Amino acid sequence: MSEPLLSVHSVSKSFRGLRAVSEASFGVEEGHIVALIGPNGAGKTTCFNMIAGAFVPDAGEIRFAGRRIDGMRPDQVCLAGIGRTFQLVRPFAGLSVLDNVIVGALGRNSSVVVARRKAHAILERLGLAEKRDQPASALTLPDRKRLEVARALATEPRLLLLDEAMAGLRPTETDQMVAVFRRLSAEDGLTILLIEHVMRAVMALSREIHVLHHGVLIASGSPDEVVRHPAVLDCYLGEEAV
Amino acid sequence: MKALLFVTPKRALVLMAVLAVISLVLPAFTNAYVLSVATLILYFAYLGQAWNVMMGFCGQLSLGHSLYVGIGAYVSAALFVHYGIPPWLGIWAAVLACMAAGAAIGVLAFRFGIGGVYFALLTIAFAEFTRIGFDHLDWVGGSGGFFLPVAQRDINDVLALRGSPVMFYYVMLVLTVAAFAFCTWLLRTRIGYYWQAIREDPDAAQALGINTFRYKMLAVVISAGMSALSGVFFAFYYNNLFPEQIFNMSRSIEIILGPIIGGVGTLFGPILGAVVLTVLADGITELMAVFGWEIPGVKQVFYGTCLLVVIVFLPNGIWPTLARRLGLERKEEGRRRV
Amino acid sequence: MPLELVANVTLAGLLTGLVYGLMALGLSVIFGVVRVVNFAHGEMMTIAMYAAVMLFGTFRLDPFITLIPVAAAFFAFGYALQATLINPFITRPEHTQFMLVLAVAIIMVNALLMAFGPDARNVPVEYALDSFSVGPLLLDTVRVYAALAALAIAGGLFLFFKFTATGGAIRACADNYLGAKVVGLDVKKYYALTFGIGSACVGAAGCLMVLLVDVTPLLGPGYTLLAFIIVIVGGLGSMAGALLGGVLIGISEALAGLFFSPSAKSMFSFALLILVLLFRPQGLLGKRL
Repeated sequence: MSEPLLSVHSVSKSFRGLRAVSEASFGVEEGHIVALIGPNGAGKTTCFNMIAGAFVPDAGEIRFAGRRIDGMRPDQVCLAGIGRTFQLVRPFAGLSVLDNVIVGALGRNSSVVVARRKAHAILERLGLAEKRDQPASALTLPDRKRLEVARALATEPRLLLLDEAMAGLRPTETDQMVAVFRRLSAEDGLTILLIEHVMRAVMALSREIHVLHHGVLIASGSPDEVVRHPAVLDCYLGEEAV
Repeated sequence: MKALLFVTPKRALVLMAVLAVISLVLPAFTNAYVLSVATLILYFAYLGQAWNVMMGFCGQLSLGHSLYVGIGAYVSAALFVHYGIPPWLGIWAAVLACMAAGAAIGVLAFRFGIGGVYFALLTIAFAEFTRIGFDHLDWVGGSGGFFLPVAQRDINDVLALRGSPVMFYYVMLVLTVAAFAFCTWLLRTRIGYYWQAIREDPDAAQALGINTFRYKMLAVVISAGMSALSGVFFAFYYNNLFPEQIFNMSRSIEIILGPIIGGVGTLFGPILGAVVLTVLADGITELMAVFGWEIPGVKQVFYGTCLLVVIVFLPNGIWPTLARRLGLERKEEGRRRV
Repeated sequence: MPLELVANVTLAGLLTGLVYGLMALGLSVIFGVVRVVNFAHGEMMTIAMYAAVMLFGTFRLDPFITLIPVAAAFFAFGYALQATLINPFITRPEHTQFMLVLAVAIIMVNALLMAFGPDARNVPVEYALDSFSVGPLLLDTVRVYAALAALAIAGGLFLFFKFTATGGAIRACADNYLGAKVVGLDVKKYYALTFGIGSACVGAAGCLMVLLVDVTPLLGPGYTLLAFIIVIVGGLGSMAGALLGGVLIGISEALAGLFFSPSAKSMFSFALLILVLLFRPQGLLGKRL
């Protein structure tokens, strides 16, 4: 079996004595949607940040498409093919919706004309086309989340890191986002790794789930397996989840 | 650029045409005093645009921009006085020197992750350091001043920057318009988009593949190079240079007042700001002369008050509000900046 | 160069540096807690110096005495400035706050220029030219008194922050704005209080400084820059750092003036700033950024 698109080998990260992530290892196969779950403070976003290049792991290795990427700068990681969204959305508030996405598209297209065309297309796919001239600051939260995704998609990634993309959304909005991701995965073969607390979305989307607790990976497997795993129930889901 | 013409609302085009005509024929209708004020306005409009590239477009606050004006002035003046090199050649050296200075500051700051307020303090420190340094540089006159030979005013030699005030006016006009065109173009390129992304959120920009170090450096170097030209102009217009004056922090503050009052990050803001400030400041000085008051410091108090009022009530500057009121906003796809 | 001369100059620099340190302490407190870059710091210092000059001129009161009412007045002024003008801007982008205070500073300097003119003034107390000798060293009386006063005030401030409830609350606001609010601290009030305290430091420092140097309206920006250099060199958030930084800068200025030329003394301060920003941005005694 070939190497997974993304493989995280035994990475650790400490902050001033606090061990945020401890020898975590997991992989993400190309084309799959994989979830990273766990209680708050489990180290999920730290893992993301290490993959995305915002932090350098203290130990361990991260490989993407056969290359080592730990230690790369965030912009290098992006150009290597990994896009990311942020837990608290960070739109370019002073720019329009379209301009936000154009910035993303310029990563792989140096021509502004081409980038604009591609940005238009992405906004259409994500249902934001009518709002393209609005300032990003004027959008509602669900739209901002979609903008964040659109912008990351514009960088033409092979792997998309979604950090709590459903947080703050109502159930219908969550379902809409789930549909968007399903479509992206099916139509473009996009690989997605997502951090999520909203179990509704996790169960609907993921092919595989990894569970972190206190920086340690405590379970990995299909959604059905993980949801019945005693350690997971103990620390996170509770008996009622089953 | 053609596309630009089609999306700019008619009103704005008309206004620009009117302004163009007025500025072209101004010298024919006014006296020497008004001409000198107009030249000063253009000087600050140009310099303000140069500063705006760094701050308004890319979000890097420079409070030591007098450094570049001073270096540009001294380099071209020294080459002229000591080696007889005319300004149209000296300009290249001046621009290169300023770009090098900007690059030095940029590398030191950005490599070490210095931004925001600390970066601003660093720019001040460099300007002050250079000011004191030049005070001791006897090759260019030291604190006593550096003087250029004043040539006759009736021969207009643009390449040597010797000539009548009218010539200087047009030189500055061309520079200002060129800067405006340049900035308008820049904003629409990939560089412009990346700068704005960095200005809004550097971390998010990095996550989109933007090498923030490279683009911040670009902003600093371009801004510095542009500012060099105003230094060259200054040297040959006033014909004397004193480190205490040209590198002074007050100069740096004057440079930023226009763009801030007019509107940081907009294209027309620095120009509007320069007009407003110079006209009002001059108006006040005139008014006071009428009453016989010659108090040093009044002009600066006025500047400070203007700045205060604008920051408190119109934090984005005058231009955005004004443009909206006059219906001048461009309805172009995805852009609301004039 | 005779060793005695160097020693005397160094000592003089050290003593002056303690007064600088008090001034910088005010800035450190303000910047460290409220996170506003008080670009008007040097201008406030200059105003305090003029206040001392005026009070001496009118009432023949020694600056060591007028220090108290001036510091009190500055406390009130700082409190008011923060509460009315700056507080609404807390959430605005950094450079906007910066510009705001800068505008205030510009107005201050030039108002002083309008009021007092550009000529230098000073406070000619009776003991201005006295000195006493300790072995081979010659110490200016005013300098020693000023330095001691600065130390005393700094010490008092340290005790205030360490041992009083208000002091603790202010430190809490500095460490964690949101957390402080969550536990019910009236952060805006404490910000104003802090600005007041910082301003009082400057007021006191100004009264002490005018005994050492002549005052002109244009000293303002230089002192602002100096205060920032000291705070950055000494380390943000460290009171001892502010004093240490002040002493270092005082000594380096004095020595630079001795070995090179008087006008070169600032160059060393700037060089020091650049070095610190590059290699140890948290300063000598500051916490890791």
